[in-house]
Amino acid sequence: MVAAPADIAPPVPVGERAQRLVRWLPVAGAVLVVALYVAFKNTAVLPHDDDASLFHWLNDARDWVDENRNTSPFFLYFINYVRLGVAELFTLFQTALTALGWPGLIGVAAGLGWLAGGWRIALVSVVGFAGIGALGLWDASVDTLALTLSSVLLSLVIGIPIGILAGRSPRVRRIVSPVLDVMQIMPTFSYLSPIVLLFLIGPASATIATMIYAIPPAIRITALAIQRVSPTAVEASESLGATGGQTLRKVRLPMALNTITLGVNQTIAAALSMVPLVALIAAPGLGVDLIRALARVNVGAALVPGIAIVIIAIVLDRITRSAAVSRARSSVVRWAGFAVAIVAGLALTPVLAPEFPEQWQIQIVRPINDVVGWIEANWYGFTGFLNDTVAYGLLNPLQDVLTSAPWWLVTLAVLAFAWRFSGLRAGLVAAGCLVAIAALSLWEHGMETLTIVLVASVITIAVGLALGIAAARSRWFAAVLRPILDAAQTMPSFSYLLPAVALFGNGRFTAIIASLIYAVPVVARLVEDGVRAVPGTVVEAARSAGSTDRQLLWKVQLPMAKSSLLLAANQGIVMTLAMVVIGALVGAGALGYDVVAGIAQQEDYGKGLAAGVALVLLGVMLDRITQGASGRPNSKKKRIA
Amino acid sequence: MKKLRLIAGVLVLGLGAAACGGAKVDDTSSAAPSANASAGAAAGSAGTVKMAINGWVGYEASAAVVDYLLENELHYKVEKVTLNEEPSWQGMESGDVDVVLENWGHDDLKKKYIEEKGVAVEAGPNGNKGVIGWYVPEWMVQKYPDITDYKNLPKYADLFKTSESDGKGQLLDGDPSYVTNDEALVKNLKLPYKVVYAGSEAALIKAAQTATQQQKPLLMYFYEPQWLFSQLKLVKINLPPYTPGCDADPKKIACDYPPYDLDKIVSKKFAETGGPAYELIKNFTWSNDDQNKVADDITNNGLSDEAAAKKWVDANPTVWQAWIPK
Amino acid sequence: MGTAAIEVRGLWKIFGPKADRIIGSPDAELDSAALRAKTGCTAAVRDVSFEVRPGEVFVVMGLSGSGKSTLVRCLTRLIEPTGGDVAIGGEDVRGMSAAQLRELRRHRVSMVFQHFGLLPHRRVLDNVAYGLEIQGVAKAVRHEKARAILSLVGLEGHEDSYPDQLSGGMQQRVGLARALAVDPEVLLFDEPFSALDPLIRRDMQAEVVRLHREVGKTMVFITHDLSEALKLGERIAIMRNGSIVQVGTPEELVGAPADDYVADFVRDVPKSHVLSLRWISRQPDADEPLDGPELPADTVIHDAIPAAMASARPIRVVADGELVGVVDRVDLLGAVRLGEGIGAQAGEALAGTPASSSASSASASSSAEEA
Repeated sequence: MVAAPADIAPPVPVGERAQRLVRWLPVAGAVLVVALYVAFKNTAVLPHDDDASLFHWLNDARDWVDENRNTSPFFLYFINYVRLGVAELFTLFQTALTALGWPGLIGVAAGLGWLAGGWRIALVSVVGFAGIGALGLWDASVDTLALTLSSVLLSLVIGIPIGILAGRSPRVRRIVSPVLDVMQIMPTFSYLSPIVLLFLIGPASATIATMIYAIPPAIRITALAIQRVSPTAVEASESLGATGGQTLRKVRLPMALNTITLGVNQTIAAALSMVPLVALIAAPGLGVDLIRALARVNVGAALVPGIAIVIIAIVLDRITRSAAVSRARSSVVRWAGFAVAIVAGLALTPVLAPEFPEQWQIQIVRPINDVVGWIEANWYGFTGFLNDTVAYGLLNPLQDVLTSAPWWLVTLAVLAFAWRFSGLRAGLVAAGCLVAIAALSLWEHGMETLTIVLVASVITIAVGLALGIAAARSRWFAAVLRPILDAAQTMPSFSYLLPAVALFGNGRFTAIIASLIYAVPVVARLVEDGVRAVPGTVVEAARSAGSTDRQLLWKVQLPMAKSSLLLAANQGIVMTLAMVVIGALVGAGALGYDVVAGIAQQEDYGKGLAAGVALVLLGVMLDRITQGASGRPNSKKKRIA
Repeated sequence: MKKLRLIAGVLVLGLGAAACGGAKVDDTSSAAPSANASAGAAAGSAGTVKMAINGWVGYEASAAVVDYLLENELHYKVEKVTLNEEPSWQGMESGDVDVVLENWGHDDLKKKYIEEKGVAVEAGPNGNKGVIGWYVPEWMVQKYPDITDYKNLPKYADLFKTSESDGKGQLLDGDPSYVTNDEALVKNLKLPYKVVYAGSEAALIKAAQTATQQQKPLLMYFYEPQWLFSQLKLVKINLPPYTPGCDADPKKIACDYPPYDLDKIVSKKFAETGGPAYELIKNFTWSNDDQNKVADDITNNGLSDEAAAKKWVDANPTVWQAWIPK
Repeated sequence: MGTAAIEVRGLWKIFGPKADRIIGSPDAELDSAALRAKTGCTAAVRDVSFEVRPGEVFVVMGLSGSGKSTLVRCLTRLIEPTGGDVAIGGEDVRGMSAAQLRELRRHRVSMVFQHFGLLPHRRVLDNVAYGLEIQGVAKAVRHEKARAILSLVGLEGHEDSYPDQLSGGMQQRVGLARALAVDPEVLLFDEPFSALDPLIRRDMQAEVVRLHREVGKTMVFITHDLSEALKLGERIAIMRNGSIVQVGTPEELVGAPADDYVADFVRDVPKSHVLSLRWISRQPDADEPLDGPELPADTVIHDAIPAAMASARPIRVVADGELVGVVDRVDLLGAVRLGEGIGAQAGEALAGTPASSSASSASASSSAEEA
C-alpha cells in the first residue's frame, strides 16, 4: 500500500500548488477547446473547393512541363537522360533475367544462396523460385524482380556514398537525417504525381519511385555501420600513415560490410513493398495482377501475386541476411558450388520448356474465392453491423467535429497537445503542417483523412497492444503469432485491401481494416519486444515483492517499456496513414482519392499534387505529435527486428 | 561527389542511347522497344504490340480478342499495359503504349495528344456504342415510378443515404479514373446527393447485384456495353437531355452524357511502323453483343482472357476474318 | 638538444570552441573546472615539455583523464595539438605537410593501442603487413617481413588465423608486430596491456623488455599502472590534469617525490625494491669495522639482504671505487619495514647525494622549466 497523500505534510506549499496546476492544465485545456468549439462552431471552416486557384496554378505548371518537355534544357539535358538511363537499367535487368530462362534463374538463385549461406539457403532459393513458377506467375515475377533489383541497385549506388558521408560527418548527418525522416513518413502514394510529371509513366518512373522509398534504409544503415567502426582500428590505420582513401577502403568499408549488407537486406524489403504500387504508373510485374484483381474484386487473384511477392521477399531476405553473417568454408568450395548451381541451371534452360510448365502449376484462386464467397454470403449481417457501428459511431461524429470546428481551433488544439506530449518544437512543427494544409486549400479533405487515420490508429494500437502483451507473456502464443505477423508484414500492403473489400464493401471502414492488418504486426512486435526487454532481475524483484501478474504488467513491465510503446504508437500511426491513403482505391476518399484522381484525370492533376503534399504534411504532423518516444532507433518503419 | 559521378554516369549512358543535342521523350526506341523495333526479340515473332488495358471488363474483352488474333494469326507478341485512361494517352507519348482499343470521347486528350503533340492518331471506331448514365435497379422503378426523372431525385434522397454519404443521398461512382461529370451534375442540378467512389467496376456490379437481390435502394453511375445488363435490369435516370456543346465547360455541365461512338487510338509511331498489326487494329470493329459475350465468359464463366477470346474467335470466323490484313 | 629522439616544448591540447585563443591568455591559468565553466573548453594537455633520448624507454604515467593518451597522440598529430612544438629525430612535426606527416607515420613512428585496433576481416599475417601494404610494398615482400616479425613476437603458426580466434595477449602481440613491421625509430604504446589479465600482462611486459633489448627502439609507453611504469621505464613522467608533475628515474620518483601528489602515488611502492643502497647509506660510525662485504651504490636495497645475512659486518657502499658510506642490518631492516618515513628521510639523503645533479635533464615540473 502506498501511504495516503494526507499523511505527507506539504513541504513547500507553493511548489505543490504549481504542480497541481500543471496536472490540471490538460484538463483545463480540453475544457477550453470544447468551449471554444461550441462557441465558434461552423465559423472559419474551410469547405472543399475543387476550383481553388492553387490547383489551377499547378495545372498550368503541369501544362508548361508538358509543352516544354522536349525543348527546355533542364529536361533535354538532364531529366530526360535520367529517364533514359534508368529505363535502360531496368531493361538490362529485365532482358538478363528473362534470358536466363526459368531454370537458369533458379540456378543463379541457388548459386547465390549457396554462396551466402550454404545448402539450406540454396534450398530455400530453389523451392521459393520454383514455388513462384508453380503459382503461374513466373513472367510477372521476373518483371517484379527486375524492377526491384534495378531500384535497389540505384538505391545502393546513391545511398551508400551518402551513408558513408553521413557516417563520417555529423554535419552531413544533421542535414540528411530529417530529410530521411520525411521520406519515410511520406505516404508512398504522395510522390507518384510529381514523378510522373517529370519522368512520365513507365518503368523509369516506377524505378525512381521505388528507389525513393527504398533508399532511406540504405543511407541510414550505412551511416550507422560507418559510425560504429571501431575507432581504434581507424586510428591504428592512420597511425601507420594510411591516407583517408586507404583507411576507407581497407578499414572502414570492410569492417562496416556486414552491417551494410543488412542495410541491403532492408533496402530490398522496402523496394519489394513498394513495387506493387508502382503498377499504377505503368510498371510491369506482379502489381499489375494485384490491381486487376482489385478491379474485379477477386480475392483469390489478389492473394496469389501477394504470395509470390512474399516468396521473393523471403528468398532475397535469406540470401542477404546470411551473406551478412557468413564466413568460414574455404572459398574454393564456395565458388565451386556457386558455379555448379549456375551452370546446372543454365544447362537446363535450353533443354526445358521456355515457359514454366503448366502441369506444375497449382490452382489456388478458386478455393480461396470459394471461402471468401461463403463468408460474404453468411457473415453479411455481422460485417454490415461492424461497418455501420464504426461509421456512425466513430467516423461520422469525429469528422463532423473536425470539419465544423474553425481551422484555427483545430490547429491550436494540435499545438497544445503536441506541446504537452512531445515538446514545443514538435508542437510548432505540427501546427505549421496544419496551417500549410489549409494553405493548400485541402483543409476539409485533410480533416476527413485525419478522421479515418485517428480512428484506425486507435483500433490498431489497441489491437497491437493486446496482441503484443499477450505474446510477451506467453511463449506459446508468441510462437503461434510470430509467423502470422511475419507473413502479414511481408505481404504487399495492396493485397490487404481485397479481403477487406470483399468482406466490408467499399468505404472508409475497409481502409481501416486494411490498415489494421498492415500496421498491427509492427505495433504488436514493438510492444512484445519492449515488454520482453524489461530486465529479468527487475521482474524477479517485483515478483519477490509479491506482485500479481497484473501488478507486474501495469506497475513494472508497461512503464519500463514506455519508450517502445511510444515508438509503437508512432509507427502504428504513420503506417496507418500510408494504408488509409491507399484505401482511396476502394472508396476511402479524401486526400488519397485526390491523389488517385490526380494521376487519372487531367483536370484534377493540380489537386492531386497538392493532396500529395498535404499527405506528407499530415504524416509529419502525426509523427511529430507522437514523437514523445525518445531515442527512437534509426531504422524505423517495418522490420525493426 | 559520388552522386555527381553517378549523374555523370547516367548522362553518359543516356548520351550513348540517344543522339547528341539532348534527349527527347519520343526518342525512346532503345529504352522502350516498340512495335517492330524489337522484331525477333522472341523467336519467330513479328514484333511487339503494347496494348493499354483500361480498367473495365468490356475493354478487356476487346483486348483479349485482338491480342488472340495478333498472336495467333499475325504472330506478334502483345504486351498488355494495365493503365487508366489518361495515363494510357501519356503512354503513347512516352513510348509505353501503342494502342488504346476502346476510347470514350476524351476530346480534350485528342486535342492535346493528336493535334498539339502529334504523338497519337485515331484508328477509327471499334463498333461499340457507349452509353453513360445514372441507373437504379428495376424494382425501384416499379415501386417509385417517377424516380426516373432527375427532378424527383431530391425527394428520394433519404432512400439512398449510407454511412459514407454525409447525410445526403449516395450516388455511387466507379473508378476515379472513369469518364464522369457526376460531381458537376450533382452540384449544377442542385441535387442533395454526394458522389461516393466505389473504386472499381466490380464494386459497381456487386452493388447492383446486391441491390437487385435484396431490394436495396441504389443510385449508381453505369455504362453500356456491359454484360451485367444481360443478367439483371437497370433503369436509366433521365437527366436534362444532351445537346452538342452542353458539356463544353466541365465545371458547368448540367446535361446528360453524350452517346459515344467508341473508337481506337494508336500512337503515331505505331501507325507508321506497325505494319499488319496496325492494319488489324484499324480494321477491328464489332458489336456491343460481341463484347458482352466475351466479357461475360471472362467474368462469370471462369474463362481466362485467352480462352474466352478463342471461344469467340472459333464461333465468329466471318467477323474477324474481315479484320486480317490482306 | 638535437640528439633527442623526441623533443616536446610547451605542448598544449585544448578541446573546445576557439581553443587556440586560450593559450597565452589569463584563462590558461585556470584549473579544468573553471576553464570549462568559463569557455566551454577542456585542456587535456597543458604546457608540457620533455625529451626522450634515443633508445630510451620513456614512460608517461597518470590516472585516467590526466591527458596522457592525448599527449601521445599529439606526438604524431593523430590529435592535432593546439600549441607548442614537437620534434622527432630533430624534425619539426607540427610544421609537416599532410604528406610528410604520412611519411613520418609510415616509416618512423608506429603505435600500439590499448584496444589493439586489429582489423577483424584480415588474417593475422595481413594485419601485421598492413603498414607495409599501405606503403605500397609488394605482397611477397611484405608477407615475408610480416612472418619474420611474427616469429619475433612468438606467433609462428598463427599467420592464417583471424584476430578473433586469438586470446587477448596474442592479439596484442599482433598489434605489437604490426607496429614493429614497418621498422620504426620510435614505438608509441598507449596503455597496451591494461585490457589484459594480470598474468598475461606480466608476460607482455617481459616481452617488451626483451624486445627493447633486442631491437633497441626508442619507446614512449603510456600507462596508468605504477608498477608497470617502474618495471619498464628508464625515466617516468607523471601527469596530472594535463601537466607533467615530475620527470625522473624510478628511484628519483620514489625517493624524492616532487610534491604530495607524487608522494601519494608512490606511497605503497615497496621502497626496498626500487631504492638503491645510495639512499640509505650513512657515514660509518667511528667504531664501525670497515671490512664487511662491498656492494655498488646502485644495488637495490632488497638485493643487498643476502649479503647482509652472510656477514654480520656493515656493508660497504661503493661508487666509482670510492666508499660512499655503510649500511648495516638495522639500516636494511628499517628500509624494508618503513614505508612512509623513508621518502622524507631519503629526500634529505638525496640532497646530499652526488647523483641528484645528474638525475634529470628535464625539470621536475614543466612550469618550473618555463620559468
